[in-house]
This record gives sequence, structure tokens and C-alpha cells, in this order.
Amino acid sequence: MIAEAGLAALWLAAALAALQLALSLGAGGEQGRAIATVRAVAIGQGLLTAIAFAALILLFLRSDMSVLLVAENSHSQKPWLYKFAGAWGNHEGSMLLWVMVLALAGAVLALLERRLDERTLGASLGAQAALALGFFAFLLIASNPFERLSPAPIDGRGLNPLLQDPGLAFHPPTLYLGYVGLSVAFSIAVGGLIRRQVGPAIARAMRPWVLAAWIMLTLGITAGSYWAYYELGWGGWWFWDPVENASLMPWLAATALLHSVNVLAARGGLRAWTMMLALVAFSMSMVGTFLVRSGILTSVHAFAVDPTRGSFILALLTLYIGGALTLFALRIVDVKEGAQFDPVSREGGLVANNLLLSVILGIVFVGTLYPLIAEALSGEKLSVGPPYFNSVASPLALILAALMLIAPQLRWRRDAAPILPRLAPGMLVAIAALVASFILAPGIGLLPRLGLALGAGLLPASVQPLFGRSLRRTPLAVWGMALAHLGVAVAILGMASDSAFTRERLVAARPGDTVAVGPWLVEFRQVMPAAGANWTALEAELRASRGSGVTVLKPQSRFFPEPPTTTNEAAIDTSWNGQLYAVLGERDEQGRWQLRLWWKPFVTLIWLGGMLIALGGALALLGRLVRERRQRRNVEEAFA
Amino acid sequence: MSRAVRFVPLLVLLLFVGFVTWRLLVPNDEKIRSRLTGQPVPAFTLAPATGGIAGLSSKDLASGRPRLLNVFASWCVPCIAEAPLLDELKRSGVHIDAIAVRDRPEDVAAFLANHGNPFERIGSDPESRVQLSLGSSGVPESFIVDGKGIIRYQHMGPIEPGDLPAIRREWEAAK
Repeated sequence: MIAEAGLAALWLAAALAALQLALSLGAGGEQGRAIATVRAVAIGQGLLTAIAFAALILLFLRSDMSVLLVAENSHSQKPWLYKFAGAWGNHEGSMLLWVMVLALAGAVLALLERRLDERTLGASLGAQAALALGFFAFLLIASNPFERLSPAPIDGRGLNPLLQDPGLAFHPPTLYLGYVGLSVAFSIAVGGLIRRQVGPAIARAMRPWVLAAWIMLTLGITAGSYWAYYELGWGGWWFWDPVENASLMPWLAATALLHSVNVLAARGGLRAWTMMLALVAFSMSMVGTFLVRSGILTSVHAFAVDPTRGSFILALLTLYIGGALTLFALRIVDVKEGAQFDPVSREGGLVANNLLLSVILGIVFVGTLYPLIAEALSGEKLSVGPPYFNSVASPLALILAALMLIAPQLRWRRDAAPILPRLAPGMLVAIAALVASFILAPGIGLLPRLGLALGAGLLPASVQPLFGRSLRRTPLAVWGMALAHLGVAVAILGMASDSAFTRERLVAARPGDTVAVGPWLVEFRQVMPAAGANWTALEAELRASRGSGVTVLKPQSRFFPEPPTTTNEAAIDTSWNGQLYAVLGERDEQGRWQLRLWWKPFVTLIWLGGMLIALGGALALLGRLVRERRQRRNVEEAFA
Repeated sequence: MSRAVRFVPLLVLLLFVGFVTWRLLVPNDEKIRSRLTGQPVPAFTLAPATGGIAGLSSKDLASGRPRLLNVFASWCVPCIAEAPLLDELKRSGVHIDAIAVRDRPEDVAAFLANHGNPFERIGSDPESRVQLSLGSSGVPESFIVDGKGIIRYQHMGPIEPGDLPAIRREWEAAK
């Protein structure tokens, strides 16, 4: 009954999406175009999709094995959190989550948007409905989450143990909020292009959505990176895996968009460029979804691979992106560029930021698809891995960091005053850090060394825009910028420190042996069996010490009976200056255990930086919303 | 903005769609072949894996006639599934040698007693060195080596009934 209700809600929502599209195309005449009508339809569509999603959650919580999706991905003996999160730990459920976010975003846009004129808002909501309609069709035709299974099995197949982790509960929804939140920027850009309204009003309407989506993407990527770091047990925090790249590409585009949308909102400049980025950002979300769902590229994220589904999403994205880009090509010639600016100015710096981010995006895009291109052209099989991405993208990222030392200190439009004094704090700290790194760590690589220097220089440079102003009257958005840039500095320091100073040991050890890694002495005491709610494990006891004090680490090799799988649970000890990371491997015939140990100084800064970036974004978003509300009230009072 | 530049993003999209459509139409062949196919067997000499059957060296494989080299282990479950098919190949005139990986003599003897012995020689490779030098990373795996000791064919994973025609074809080709 619940399953059928969910399915019915989904069909009704799809019908409302079709209606909303028809209305915005003029099917209902002027009354149909009236914003009150469109708003009601959009909200109804959002609520119905939410009901469908709630029905799926309920089916998973009740372990209703007569539903195919539940039987294939859940098990009655699973902790409730994983039953709950298991609802989106599979293809159909996660697509339903995706569509729900899409429909709810459209509803919120319809409900709250006041900056756009009615016709432009109507066109934007039409675009949003067109997007939703395609993905509703995809769900209903090719990925029905509510399909029944008859006869119902006694119990389900269980969830992939790698996914049985609290991370699953948060990582995909956060990323999806980000991916799909960008759809609103896409729709607003399409609406603006259709109505030939490509000006500051569009940028102001788009900005909170871009910020919110970007915050979610930042959080989702940060969380995903940490999850992979501790769950996979490979000791790395970024693998340039196609699915990771699929989340990085929209983030890069959104980061560029976030900066250019401000130029458009505040100065009226970079119109064509901002529209392009708004289209590209969500396009990258769709491309990412396609790459992930079609299984076209080999990845550690082994999602359900199905060529039919792949073709379906490919058709959708060709239609949407192709349509939007054609619209862009036809309309953008009419767009007049706004205010002019000097190359050395805040705008100039933001243009450079945009270009660098776009080039990095291009590099990641080409690198991700290169195996495919190479095989199509020459029949040669190859893979593109970290060596390519690290050696090509890292130098550009460092140039971007150097730009971050400079650009926030520049003035808008033109900057005639001497610049050097303003750049001094960041530059001096960077040079000091560089010199210190040569003295204290002569042996490290060039890129990590530059990373340490630039990261250190960015610490003062990122808070510098706060100086010389009355801190109480400084807009929250400026605080947000400073905090987010500080987060970038912290993350760069963490990445540079990890690649410069990590110590790794791979040993075959017997209980009683002692292994040295970095400053630590790790004593391998014993291996004992352990058990949890739905797994059994072999657990090693390691006593790690440096100087005084002992920490006990218990890495496990876990066996899950449902479905039968073995995973390595890394044990991580976090101290203020780094993490000690231990993985227990297999036992050989001589009774020695494979032990893998890492000492990673300051690696936690990577994720701390990511969280600071997101927090900075949240401050900026709050500042924008508060300020707009205040302005609106002032305008209303003026007319009252 | 110049007329041509406006269409660049569209062009990129079309290129992307072109490449991925090609991939959807031509599914990926996931097989990874050893780079040693077409190369001589690396030189090795292995002690007998169990009593009563000779050990194996690379010279034994360059015997003037093709041979099938099976990499297996007594602890490997798919190897049990494969055993009857190796017997069948032997009956049809294929000469089979083997390398037992990370194994103990008594376990190998028990395996042969339980699942049949199609092998003429079995070398013991306690640390997987020869296995790795052959470009093999798992068990079971089978190679067809021609009379000059050159690897002609590599089969990864257990031999299944459907694989027999391909193996017989390669065997004939190696003669």
C-alpha cells in the first residue's frame, strides 16, 4: 500500500511538472502565466515528490521485502540508521532523492523569489519544470523505486558493508543538495536568456542559490574525502577517481560562478561569462550523474551499471545542456557588457580567478574522459591517474593561491594607489615560510614546498580585508569571504604537509614486534576476534607511543555475512599535530600479519579547511539574506 | 563576443556526447592481457610441489610442442571448479603443467587425490615469484606456451565450459 501510494505521488508530481512547463509556455493564457498559479503548481509538485520519498524511507525502515529495492539493498538485521540511509544507498533511491531535491528547489524558488520580474521568474520555473519532468520520466520509466517483488523473500540481500557507515547518512544527501541546488542557477540563467534580462537582478536572484549549493558541495566533498580516507583504508584523501572528479567539476564551476556572480550583482560586469558558468555548473552535475550512473568509466564507486539508464540520462543531458547552450549562443550577442574595469582591479582579479578555475575544470574534465577518448581514437587502453592530475592541476591551484594573496586587497574598477604595501603582509609571511622550509626541511618536493609557503602567506592575507574597517559594521559577506579564504589557506597547508611529511611503513609483523614510523614506536601486541551487530572481525591491538603516553589502536579486518564481504577498518589516532593511521592486512603462512602504518602530520587541516570554507560560505549567505530582507523592508516602508 | 566563440561550448558538448555514445554502443572489454603474450616464458626453476611428480622449469616448457601451463593452488575454490575441465582437456591431448602457488606438499597431494591430476609436472612457487613474473596476479590462470617456450595465450580466472573452444583454438594455433 505504501509503495503504491509513493508511486502514485510520483506520477502526480510528474503530471504537475508537465502542467507547469505547459503553463510557462503559454498554454493557460495570461492567467496560467500568473505567478500565483505557477507557484501553487510548483509547491504541489515539491510536496508530492517529498511524499514519495517519505514512502520509500518508510518501506526501508519497515524492511518491507515485497518491494524489490528493499529486498535487494536492505536486511532486517541491519541497524536502523543503515536501513534509513540504505534508502538512498542504491540507484533508484538516490535518483528519487535527486528528483526530490530538484522539485523542492523549484518549490522554494516559486515561494520565495521576489527579486525577479514575474515573466522572468515564470520562464525560470518553466525551465526548472522541464528539468524535473525529464528526471521524473527517468524514474518512472527506467528506475522505478517502488517495484514489487512477488513472492517476497524471507529476508533481504543487505547493504554493501563499505556503505554501512554513518557517512552514508550524510554524504550523498549533502552532495545532492549541492548538485541539484545548482539547477536553480541554471534555470534562472535560462529564464534570463529567454527574457533577454541578463543583468544584476538575475545575479542577485541566483546568488543565494549558488552560495547554498556551493556550501553543500564543499561539505559533501570534504565529508566524502574524509569518509574515503578512513573507510577504504588506503591512507589517501583524494584519488582522482572519476566519481570524485564528478563532484569536483561542479564545485570548480560553482566556485568560479560564485565569484563572477558577485561582479554581475555589484558592478553589472561579466554578464556573458556569468550566464555561461551558471549553465556549465549544473551541466557538470548532470555529466557527473551520467558518468556515475552509466558505469562508462571504471571507478571505485561501483554503482549499479546499466547501459539503458546511461542512454536515458545521456539523452536528457544532451537535450537540456544542448538546448541551454544553443539558447546561450543565440541570445548572448544581444547582451551588452556592463561597466568597464582596469586589468589591475578587483574585477581583474576575479576574472583571473575565473579563468584559472575554468582551466582546472577543463583539465579535470579532459583527464577524466581521456581514457575514453584515447580508446575511441586509437583503440589503446589506458588509465589517467594521480600523476597527471597532480602534476597539471596542482601548479595551477598554486597560481590560484598566489592570486588569492593579491586580488582581495585590490579595489573595484581601478586601482591607482600603490599596491605593494597592501600585499606586504601575505608576501612577507610566504617568503619567510619558504626560507624556513629550506632550512628545516631541505628534502621535500617543490610543489609541497610552494604549498607550505603560499598557505602560510594566505593566513594573514585572507583576514587582511577585515583590517582598517569598523568590524561591527563590516558586512557578514566580507567576514564570510575572509573565513572561506582562511579555510583555503588551512586546507592547502594540510595538503602540502601531508604530501611533504607523511611517513609510511608496510611490514609483516608478528605479535610482539615493534615498528617505528615517524616519531612513533608501534608495538604489535596481539590479534583477537571481535564482533559487532552484523559483522565479525579480527582485531589487532597496537600500542603506539612517542615520548610519554601510550595510545592503543585497534584496526580490524571485518567480515560481513550479509552480503559476504571483508573490509579493512583502519584505526586512526588523531593528535593536534597529525594522525597515526593503521590498517591490518592478511596473515601469511609463517604467522606474520601485514601491517600498514602511516604518520601524517597535520593532515586533519585538509578537512578543517574544507569546513572553514563552507562556514565562510554560510556566513556570506546569511549576510546576503539578512541584508536583502532589511532592504526590502526599507523599500516597503518608503512606499507605505 | 565573436560569433564563432559562442558555439564552442556547444561543440564541446557534442564531442562529449559523441565519445560516450560510442562507449555505450561498444561496451568496454574489461580483460587485461599480460604484456608477456608473445614473449618467452621468463626463466625459472621450481622444486616439485609434492612427492611423485616432477618439478617445473622454464626449459620444460620449451619442449618443441605446445603446453598448457595452469597456475593454481589447493586453497583456491575456483580451481576445484576448473579441475574437471582440465581433465577433459588432457583427455583430448593437451599437455598440462602446473605451478602451485603458496602451497604445502600435503595440501597439493590431497587436492590431486580429491579432484584428479591432469598435470605432467607441478612446480612449487611458495612466494608467488614465478606467478608474478608471468604477469599473473590471481589463481587460477592458464597460459598456452608454444614449442619454443613463447607465451601465446593467457586465460584469467577459472576455465569454464564456454571457454573450451577458444582454448582448443589457441592450442591448435600454437602447434
